[in-house]
Amino acid sequence: MISSAHLMVSALILPLLAAVLIVLSDKKPNLREAITLVTATLVAFIVVTLARRVLSGEVPQLDLLEVIPGIHIAFSIEPLGMIFALVAGTLWLVTSVYSIGYMRGHHEKNQTRFYAAFAIAISSTLAAAFSANMFTLFLCYEILTISTYPLVTHAGSTEAKRSGRIYLGILLGTSIGFQLLAILITWSTAGTLDFKQGGILEGKLDPAYAGILYALFIFGVGKAAVMPFHKWLPAAMVAPTPVSALLHAVAVVKAGVFTVLKVTLFIFGTNFITESGASDWLVWFAAATILLASLIAITKDNLKARLAYSTVSQLSYIVLGALVATQMSVIGASMHIAMHAFAKITLFFAAGAILVAAHKSEISDMKGLGKAMPFTFTAFTIASLSIIGLPPFGGMWSKWYLALGTVQAEQWTLLAVLMISSLLNIFYLLPIAIRGFFSKPDTGEVYTEIKEAPLTMLLAIGVTTIMCIVLFFYPDPFYELATQATSLQYSR
Amino acid sequence: MIETHLSLLIVVIPLLAAPVIAVLPNGRLPWFISTLVVWIVFVLSCWQLINIQGGDIISYELGGWAPPWGIEYRIDAANALVALIVAGIAAISLPYALQSVIKEIPLKQHSLFYAALMLCFTGLLGITQTGDIFNLFVFLEISSLSSYTLISMGKQRQSLTAAYQYLIMGTIGATFFLIGVGLLYAMTGTLNMADLAQRLPDLYNHQTIHTAFAFIMVGIALKLALFPLHLWLPNAYTYAPSIVTIFLAATATKVAVYVMLRVFFSVFDYSFIQASPTDELFLLLCVMGILFMSFFAIYQTDAKRLLAYSSVAQIGYMMVGLALGSMLSVTGTLVHLFNHALMKGALFMAVGAIVYRIGSSRIEHFAGLGKQMPWTFAAIVMGGLSLIGVPGTAGFISKWYLVLAAIEKQYWFLVIVILLGSLLAVIYVWKMVEVLYFKPQGDVSIQTVKEAPLSLLIPTWILVIANVYFGFNTELTVGTAQQAVALLLSGAVK
Repeated sequence: MISSAHLMVSALILPLLAAVLIVLSDKKPNLREAITLVTATLVAFIVVTLARRVLSGEVPQLDLLEVIPGIHIAFSIEPLGMIFALVAGTLWLVTSVYSIGYMRGHHEKNQTRFYAAFAIAISSTLAAAFSANMFTLFLCYEILTISTYPLVTHAGSTEAKRSGRIYLGILLGTSIGFQLLAILITWSTAGTLDFKQGGILEGKLDPAYAGILYALFIFGVGKAAVMPFHKWLPAAMVAPTPVSALLHAVAVVKAGVFTVLKVTLFIFGTNFITESGASDWLVWFAAATILLASLIAITKDNLKARLAYSTVSQLSYIVLGALVATQMSVIGASMHIAMHAFAKITLFFAAGAILVAAHKSEISDMKGLGKAMPFTFTAFTIASLSIIGLPPFGGMWSKWYLALGTVQAEQWTLLAVLMISSLLNIFYLLPIAIRGFFSKPDTGEVYTEIKEAPLTMLLAIGVTTIMCIVLFFYPDPFYELATQATSLQYSR
Repeated sequence: MIETHLSLLIVVIPLLAAPVIAVLPNGRLPWFISTLVVWIVFVLSCWQLINIQGGDIISYELGGWAPPWGIEYRIDAANALVALIVAGIAAISLPYALQSVIKEIPLKQHSLFYAALMLCFTGLLGITQTGDIFNLFVFLEISSLSSYTLISMGKQRQSLTAAYQYLIMGTIGATFFLIGVGLLYAMTGTLNMADLAQRLPDLYNHQTIHTAFAFIMVGIALKLALFPLHLWLPNAYTYAPSIVTIFLAATATKVAVYVMLRVFFSVFDYSFIQASPTDELFLLLCVMGILFMSFFAIYQTDAKRLLAYSSVAQIGYMMVGLALGSMLSVTGTLVHLFNHALMKGALFMAVGAIVYRIGSSRIEHFAGLGKQMPWTFAAIVMGGLSLIGVPGTAGFISKWYLVLAAIEKQYWFLVIVILLGSLLAVIYVWKMVEVLYFKPQGDVSIQTVKEAPLSLLIPTWILVIANVYFGFNTELTVGTAQQAVALLLSGAVK
């Protein structure tokens, strides 16, 4: 049996190795895709194995090197990071299968660069999930930003360039301007950056300043897309759909909210946050983002843009869960990382399938398309219901716990925000599926030419859709990891 | 035998090589001898750095005359680190020089060019080695005069005016420095820095000492291109031959900052600086320099000039560290001296490689070259990331220490300025990256451009890899810097 530390390192190194091999096999597309698939399978297998071991109480650790005296690059898997790694690692495999159909079906250029950058992004995502201290997390966070840039600007058009500017401007700007500053202040007050159960700042930082420092962290993590720093996410939709699906519904954005959760639990500690009132005014930013982003989503006719704003809104659920800082809300936030991931990736997959098969990107053009693409539209419906949070779909559980968390904190307004947002979700998601099935196209034409997307894409859509249902009946791994992550924090 | 004369050999070998190279026939021989000399000196300076590990100070008496009467070479961690920067950059850039010089400088000037380069190298090393302030002035002039010559050898006619401009400003600076040194000598009767440090505290209330200090400060500030005395630098860097720009950008201003450091902490002590308005004045100038020069860099249309303005801004960071005068901040300055040499060296080399291929450093001419020259393009991206200070690069380490120092002193405004400077760097770096990456090639001639030759690429990539390496392993940079700071600030503590 291979030791867990070795498994952890191989999960980080394999994708990097794959990136090199992908570049070397530039001229042989089949070999190149085979490398991606084999690596993704291995990584998925590794994260599942690691998850079993972490569930049984193991804590794999690795101290790589000391950069500056006292500041290490070190990895250690705790339950919360395991949730994130499990989601990102398994969905990479599914997305890879999907990408092959999409990239070839859509005749994209520069596919080698695409697969290589993708592999590096996944490696840095997993490394972020495994980080043992804030410095390592920050390092991985920045590598993720930069390795995603060529994916966002893949098309090379003027629009891609403009979006790339917004993407890099906001993500680098907030991370250097606010997050780095927050990290430096933390280092200079606490003398350490290690993630510790219950936080490292309590007793060292004057509670009066806790709110300011916490705000620097929340807004410094631009990837969590809390308004007003959310613009990069809609802009990033210019990327090919697999990128939007895995990176901008799962890996990159979840790296953001994951950082927020880590900071909450292991830098501040929920205890310190509740006592100092650090999050009292920040919750309103999260609440406002949830509602405003949903309202904006309703106005968007471009399907990917609507999904992007939906993601902005859903991310703030997780941020809100962290800010409320009760045990239930943190469990809900942690589970939402997984539940939202499976549902939202399905929606993006469906959007990509519609683009490849029917060459349509605007929602108003999709009336009646459900009859031509029943599989895709059924998947879309199921995933929509999961996002809304209805049983029997996985999305219900995380919303359930988030709502319980607000009750626990007696934050009735926030509870109302969550409920109103669910209604708004119905408004902006369900009509797409309903009109797809039951309306007729405005032009009156009948879609006889249009068929379902290539098989590999359907396969991927099928897997994630089934997961949305399975997670309702069997949310146990994520629930148990989330409980483990919080139980120590609250039992102190 | 070699070890006892190590500190002298580092200066004497290139000094003796210069006239020999000057009389050699043009061709590859001058280059070969220069490379050989530079590598020998590089090895010696590594040796010297190893010798001073553990906080030792090496004192070498020239001609056996005991200080303070004779000239003393006095090596501690600070000198050794700066000497290593100069020798290391020279050792990496000379292999680059071969092809670049053939392309940019007429063949009949080759041996003179390499002779001037060796003199410049001698001067810079001499400044780092000597413990005598007048001797330091002599070496300062050797390096300056030879760099005027080197800059004037540029292909474009503007290089002559650029050299002339630098000559005027540089001479004013040197004169001011000399006046200051003269006044110090008149008051104390000594030129040895260690000796000066002992005698000066009794005279701190004397007007003449303050005047001397002011003259010296302005003189060095001109040399290191501290805003607003930087006017010579953008032209000099833009119009000089590529290899000269690389060498001077990575070493000359660094050595000038080192002189400032010596004057601040070894000749005078920090309490004197604090009693005068110097530190506040410098902080103000640095803040203005960082912001204005970064903005200027954004609006440049020439890649070399853009990087030159960025250099002036970066000098602001180094001087911030000196002006704050704490353990953390001076460590930041020394680390940034080293790291900035790496990043600007890499960036100017990459731009030099493009100039080698297309004969122009105007950014608009770079359109779409990223596809033709992927390795050069990648080097610009990596060097740029280091300049911005992204974690995992050398630039991050320097910013880390400087911001921490500012937080420690609760100078929040300064913290914001340093971080804002990084964000402005994102803009000007990405301006180049976008043109290289996105712009469709307008010219048909561009489409035939090939990747730069290996002799240019390999040195560039050595520096790029060094940028990443020293972002993860800071034993050499931070370790040596902390030793140096412990010695430098021991005066302030006592």
